[in-house]
Amino acid sequence: LIYRRSGERPVTAREEDEELPDSIDDREIFDLIRSINDPEHPLTLEELNVVEQVRVKVNDAESTVAVEFTPTIPHCSMATLIGLSIKVKLIRSLPERFKLDVHITPGTHASEHAVNKQLADKERVAAALENSHLLEVVNQCLSARS
Amino acid sequence: MRVLGPTALPCAWAVMAAAGDGAGAAALAASVRDFVAGQQDGCAAEVAAGVKDGSWTVLQLVEALGSCLENTDPRTRGRGIQLLSQVLLQCYFQLQEKEVLHLVLFYENRLQDHHLVIPSVLQGLRALSMCEVLSPGLAVSVLKTIFQEVHVQSLLQLDRHTVYSIITNFMSTREEELKGLGADFTFGFIQVMDGEKDPRNLLVAFQIVRDLIAKNYTLGPFVEELFEVTSCYFPIDFTPPPNDPHGIQREDLILSLRAVLASTTQFAEFLLPLLIEKLDSDLQSAKLDSLQTLTACCAIYGQKELQEFLPSLWSSLRREPLLQVFQTASEKVEAECLAALHALSACLSRSVLSSDTEDLLDSFLSSILQDCRHHLCEPDMKLVWPSAKLLQAAAGASLRAYHHVTHNVLPLLLEQYTKHPQSSQRRTILEMLLGFLELQQKWGHVEEGFLSPSDLELVVDHLIRLALCEEDSQSSEAAMEAAGSLAPIYPKVFSGRMVPRLEEELQSEREEENSWDPRSLRQRCLQALAAMSTHPSIVRETVPVLLQHLRKVQKESEARSPQDMVSVCQSLHRVALQCQQLEESCWYFHQTVVPCLLAMAVQAAMQESTQTLLGKALLEEEVLSAMVPVISAATTHLSPELAAQSVSHVVPLFLDGEVSFLPQNSFSCSFQPFEDGECLEAQRRLVALLMAFVCSLPRNVAIPQQERLLRELLALSCSCNCPFTATTAAKCFAGLVNKHPEGQQLDEILQLGVNRMEPGLAQGPCRMQALTLLLWVTKALVLRYHPLSSRLTDKLLGLLGDVELGAATADGFFLLMAESPDVLHKGCHADVRIMFRQRFFTDNVPKLVQGFHGAGPDVKANYLKALSHVLNHLPKPVLVTELPTLLPLLLEALSCSDRVVQLSTLSCLQPLLLEAPQIMSLHVNTLVTKFLSLTLSPTMAVRIAALRCAHALTSLPTTVLLPYKARVIRALAKPLDDKKRLVRKEAVAARGEWFLLGSPGR
Repeated sequence: LIYRRSGERPVTAREEDEELPDSIDDREIFDLIRSINDPEHPLTLEELNVVEQVRVKVNDAESTVAVEFTPTIPHCSMATLIGLSIKVKLIRSLPERFKLDVHITPGTHASEHAVNKQLADKERVAAALENSHLLEVVNQCLSARS
Repeated sequence: MRVLGPTALPCAWAVMAAAGDGAGAAALAASVRDFVAGQQDGCAAEVAAGVKDGSWTVLQLVEALGSCLENTDPRTRGRGIQLLSQVLLQCYFQLQEKEVLHLVLFYENRLQDHHLVIPSVLQGLRALSMCEVLSPGLAVSVLKTIFQEVHVQSLLQLDRHTVYSIITNFMSTREEELKGLGADFTFGFIQVMDGEKDPRNLLVAFQIVRDLIAKNYTLGPFVEELFEVTSCYFPIDFTPPPNDPHGIQREDLILSLRAVLASTTQFAEFLLPLLIEKLDSDLQSAKLDSLQTLTACCAIYGQKELQEFLPSLWSSLRREPLLQVFQTASEKVEAECLAALHALSACLSRSVLSSDTEDLLDSFLSSILQDCRHHLCEPDMKLVWPSAKLLQAAAGASLRAYHHVTHNVLPLLLEQYTKHPQSSQRRTILEMLLGFLELQQKWGHVEEGFLSPSDLELVVDHLIRLALCEEDSQSSEAAMEAAGSLAPIYPKVFSGRMVPRLEEELQSEREEENSWDPRSLRQRCLQALAAMSTHPSIVRETVPVLLQHLRKVQKESEARSPQDMVSVCQSLHRVALQCQQLEESCWYFHQTVVPCLLAMAVQAAMQESTQTLLGKALLEEEVLSAMVPVISAATTHLSPELAAQSVSHVVPLFLDGEVSFLPQNSFSCSFQPFEDGECLEAQRRLVALLMAFVCSLPRNVAIPQQERLLRELLALSCSCNCPFTATTAAKCFAGLVNKHPEGQQLDEILQLGVNRMEPGLAQGPCRMQALTLLLWVTKALVLRYHPLSSRLTDKLLGLLGDVELGAATADGFFLLMAESPDVLHKGCHADVRIMFRQRFFTDNVPKLVQGFHGAGPDVKANYLKALSHVLNHLPKPVLVTELPTLLPLLLEALSCSDRVVQLSTLSCLQPLLLEAPQIMSLHVNTLVTKFLSLTLSPTMAVRIAALRCAHALTSLPTTVLLPYKARVIRALAKPLDDKKRLVRKEAVAARGEWFLLGSPGR
């Protein structure tokens, strides 16, 4: 089953006003991650319903972002990699002040706990990105589709 | 013939030989000797010139060559034949039939010679193939010999090309003879081209195959072979080498091959399986090519060709959109899939049915419906759009297809509409319905009884409710568009039911209902009235309602802002544009609306001059400016006769105060906008309306008292203190001058203009007005390539250095280059040469650059700004070729503090980074530094442009960029936290791309 992509966010008059600040909202975070490519399919995480806007929570004032993602099947072997891609995309795209929390939607994956623990561990994330094979896959997931 | 040895030619010719004159023969012999010895290639030209001017004959040349044609060394023989062939190529048209005969026999014979000799032999045959006096039978003989003796594909590219040229020459002059060869000719050619690899040769070979088919040569049993020998190149996979001097593009080959493959139904049984296979390719280019080729085939195929393959074709076409295209792959593939489906449906619709065959269109559409309908009904609506687009593509091909599809789909959609409660889902369904209904307009066919009267009233009521009350503005707009599409089909119901409801809402004063802002409601009513004005009978209902509302708003103008009047004008403008397509409404609208607007404005201006405040808002710049497009759109499409009728009223109104044609025409004082006097200030503002009318007239409509009008406008533009009025008068003057026929009158009026401008520019209180006039007149003349334009442009270039006027002049270059919305554009029949921007660029940019280098520090920025405006309006492909010479200046412009300069420089550099990365690499240090510092500009647009440039930098070679990677990534962290979302978006994109640089997996 393939889900429809949301269109480009329409630009509002307010967003075009020089003076008014636009806070970082759920949709903005969702737009960052929805076009990440799935490591196995030629589809985006949005099209596979792995990420959804309702599972994105941001608090701009307190600088926190929480993203839940839902692996397509409970035994999905790519869950860690997908989580890593989301995390890396957010690290590259958000101001440093944000504290990031990327985890599996509760009850949707067999090794939910282990994966969450891995994703929350800064050092393990950093170590994973030192591995050039892993980095290559993550970069492919994050590359813009031509 | 072939038993003759190398000496055959001199011997056979000896009987024709005449004694040459001694001196000429000696010179010829010397040239031949030099050439054959391999020293002097230039001798060939001398020898040819000698034949041309009669110093010697081809026969004498052959005699002079005699011994070397018999030489045992193939190199020497080759050299001799090369000379003969080169001379023939230049003199073939002088040959006699008998000479040609002997030469052909000689050359045919030489095709058996050593391989070193063959290229020259082919050149000679090419020369002979162009001879008109070639005896019947020789062409066939030459080709047979080539087919038999030469293994073409082992020759070099140029020599293969020569063979194709010989064939092409014969095909164009000896068609009947060649056809006499029957299928042997086709077979021979197949062998010649089999294995061809060079794109230059393929273009010629494809053309030959096209001619074989188009001119009905016998293909005989070789249809499949001919298909194989061409289709093996499909899909074309060719990238022109860099610096390719031949300029053959991939697209040339694709189109050329497609023209072959899609040229005959005889290929269908082989081609369709191939296309179906390539539709499944992973290569997007292969998919696209297959789809476009399929679409091309549908133009000539019929039921017979398609029948067997329809199920596979449909499953390939369907799989693309439903599984991939709309979700992931390119929109191009999607569009081509839909186009191919449309073409298939059209092709099947075209076929004539015999009584005993199955209607393939019906069964084809049924299978589409069967596969798509369940997607339309899925509760999550994920695949509705792909399905709807497929159905619409098929339905749009013919009236029959349309009926078949809509008969099934429309009830389904209506049913879905009631099932889905959410507004977003309902909107999707409405948009789909609209798509199907719009297709119907293609047939210009009204199907009464398509909706029953009671259903129709229900539909209209729903549309009214959605248009006015739906909170989501996109749903409301969709409802209005639907009303606009349905109204011409059911005009009575819409004018009888929707217009009165909207009119009532407009008039009601339910200010107390706070749940809904009354002003937004009125706004929606005005938009809906405009949107539904798509039928002449409805226009006659809606226009009076809009005008009445305008009068009402004007009376209450103290309580309301001018915005209410502007809204009415915007709706009137939309109606005017729609009326342009409805011939009978065009004049109705003009005749009704233009006098009414003029009357209201004149009245307001009169009251103004008698110091009453009532109606004053109408004279505000924004309201008058909103009336301009209404009058303009109501005028541009008039026939010359009707326009002449109108102009005979409007011009006397302004020049002589002739108010009699206005609907209300009793005024307390006279209307004299061009007279002097303080109290006439308000009247003068109405020149804007005069401009809207008179500058929109077709060029062949004569304007009464034009010279007087021009003088008045000129005077007003130079003297008026109100900038709005002065500018409008200048624009009106310029608009008329642009369309004025060439000749003495034009020269005089221009001279008059120059005489007024020059002293005004030099000094005094009206310098600004004089500059405005200069700018508009220059624009008017630049557009039509008038010779005076260069003098005026030079004047502007000079003013860039003026301390007082320089900045305004620099801004004025925007006006010169940009499309002006109200006057001097194509839509209002102005004389606009398409290349005027390029021409202006070529003529003036060197002067701007020179001016920049010579200017003082306080005015330098003016030159950069003017340059920015010129560059910004050039087509990007032109820019990319011209920019490298300007690059140093542009880099300097990046440091300029003016944001207009910054912005336009960035937008010039961005495409250059993408298109000419090698040149830009030389400046990478400067570019990185400047772009990064501009990402912190106080102006949002500059920040965005700078980030786009920083993004575009990533197309430079990675090795050039890597030293900057860490610095750029660090610097781009800041704009990630920009207060504006649009800036953050660009920062994310740019930074993400920099992260990938030199990293695995990019």
